[in-house]
Amino acid sequence: MSKTPLSDQKRFEQYERRLKKEKQSIRVWQVFICVFFFAVWEMSSRFQWVDPLLFSSPSKITNLLVKKFTDGSLLLHMQVTLFETVAGFLLGTFLGILLAAILWWFPKVSKISDPYLVILNAMPKVALGPIIIVALGPGYFSIIAMGAIISVIITTIVVYSAFEGVDENYLKVMNSFGANRYQCFKEAVLPASFPTIISTFKVNVGLSWVGVIVGEFLVSQKGLGYLIIYGFQVFDFTLVLSSLMMIAIFAAIMYQLVERLEKRLIKQ
Amino acid sequence: MAFLDLNNLSHQYFTKSGFTKAIEDISLSVEEGSFVSFLGPSGCGKTTLLSIVAGLLQPTEGQVLIDQKPLKEQKASIGYMLQQDYLFPWKTIEQNVVLGPYIQGDRSEAVKQKAASILSEIGLGNVLQSYPSQLSGGMRQRVALARTLMTDPKILLLDEPFSALDYQTKLKLEDLVSNTLKSYNKTSLLVTHDIGEAIAMSDSIYLLSANPGRLSKKFGVPSHLKTLSPFDARQHNDFNALFQDIWKELNKLE
Repeated sequence: MSKTPLSDQKRFEQYERRLKKEKQSIRVWQVFICVFFFAVWEMSSRFQWVDPLLFSSPSKITNLLVKKFTDGSLLLHMQVTLFETVAGFLLGTFLGILLAAILWWFPKVSKISDPYLVILNAMPKVALGPIIIVALGPGYFSIIAMGAIISVIITTIVVYSAFEGVDENYLKVMNSFGANRYQCFKEAVLPASFPTIISTFKVNVGLSWVGVIVGEFLVSQKGLGYLIIYGFQVFDFTLVLSSLMMIAIFAAIMYQLVERLEKRLIKQ
Repeated sequence: MAFLDLNNLSHQYFTKSGFTKAIEDISLSVEEGSFVSFLGPSGCGKTTLLSIVAGLLQPTEGQVLIDQKPLKEQKASIGYMLQQDYLFPWKTIEQNVVLGPYIQGDRSEAVKQKAASILSEIGLGNVLQSYPSQLSGGMRQRVALARTLMTDPKILLLDEPFSALDYQTKLKLEDLVSNTLKSYNKTSLLVTHDIGEAIAMSDSIYLLSANPGRLSKKFGVPSHLKTLSPFDARQHNDFNALFQDIWKELNKLE
């Protein structure tokens, strides 16, 4: 009998070790793939397996990034794009949630607007770009509008269906206490939809980057999108790929922030 | 004069293809402090009936009177317990229990104290800051009972509140709910498909026929069974006799 607790403890330690090992192995693989990818890229560029003019190389990209960082020119473009993306993301997401709330509040409005939402959702929003730029002028506003418009309709549709999908019995509980519609929304419908809202955040992080980069392509003044289109025009693919690299890093950071928000909002 | 009166209640549900009559011409009265059960096959409109008494549903005909006054004038006097607990998973147990007063605008410290005292009465004094997911099914249904009692309802509606629980928990909860409701002197309406539960807990039992739901028979529970707790009542000899009677009547209905 006295032996059992000791061996139980031992088994638990074994389990812990196995868990740790598994975690380490996954990390090792992730780092390996990263290193392998850049190494192969660098080598194939150096040995001319691929066209270095087209595919550039990690070392050239690093050199360019360092140079552009030190002379400060990259910082400006990064700031502009980041600001536009975050603004577009917030605007699109919150406008979408607001519209969803309005549709939930007025069921008749929702029924009337249903076919229009379907059409608006199916329409490629970036095709509106030229009109937006002419209407709002070639600057921040039209690019932010592009970042927002690309995500607002799909957010509305997804969040509204989450509002509608909330278990009616929660509302029954609320109503049995005499709750009004606002209380039902605030106490039951909105919190029950947080998981869906967070996943639209995740989708919208990606979407707003698309909107903003396309907007910058069209406006061609500042930002990482402008650098990409400029690099393309002068056939400087090192510049194109450096900008792409920066976008990848920022998109990953934004995604991480959303995940952190998810953990805070959804405790249970 | 009776405490709760249902006068000629009828209700229809409308769909695109037509309408179905859920309940038809139901009239009955319930004395204050008594426990009434409704038994019947599925489709007899039990839940519809409770929803009407709760004021969540407007009957197409008839009216509900509490103390001779129409239901609309005193909506908050009804407590409703559902088949499942429907505790809000993102709220703590305390926040869940104070939901009723909170909605009605009372956020005082006294409400929290009341919540704590009701919870400790039903043996849940130490889970105030837990979340529903940390509790077992039986504990959660007890919390739901506490939430219902918080607003001091005059009438308690129980819509198969034990049907989602395992048998042992169900027996324990029957005792607890029955004792709690007796000590608060609540008038209660229970909907169930469990004959034994109806006999063990009620003072009188109504059988409903299906399609549309109509009152078909009333059984009175003998007074010596009424005074026993639900668990003890189940062990009594007369329990089985009544069970057989109701069983036969129910079979005739189907």
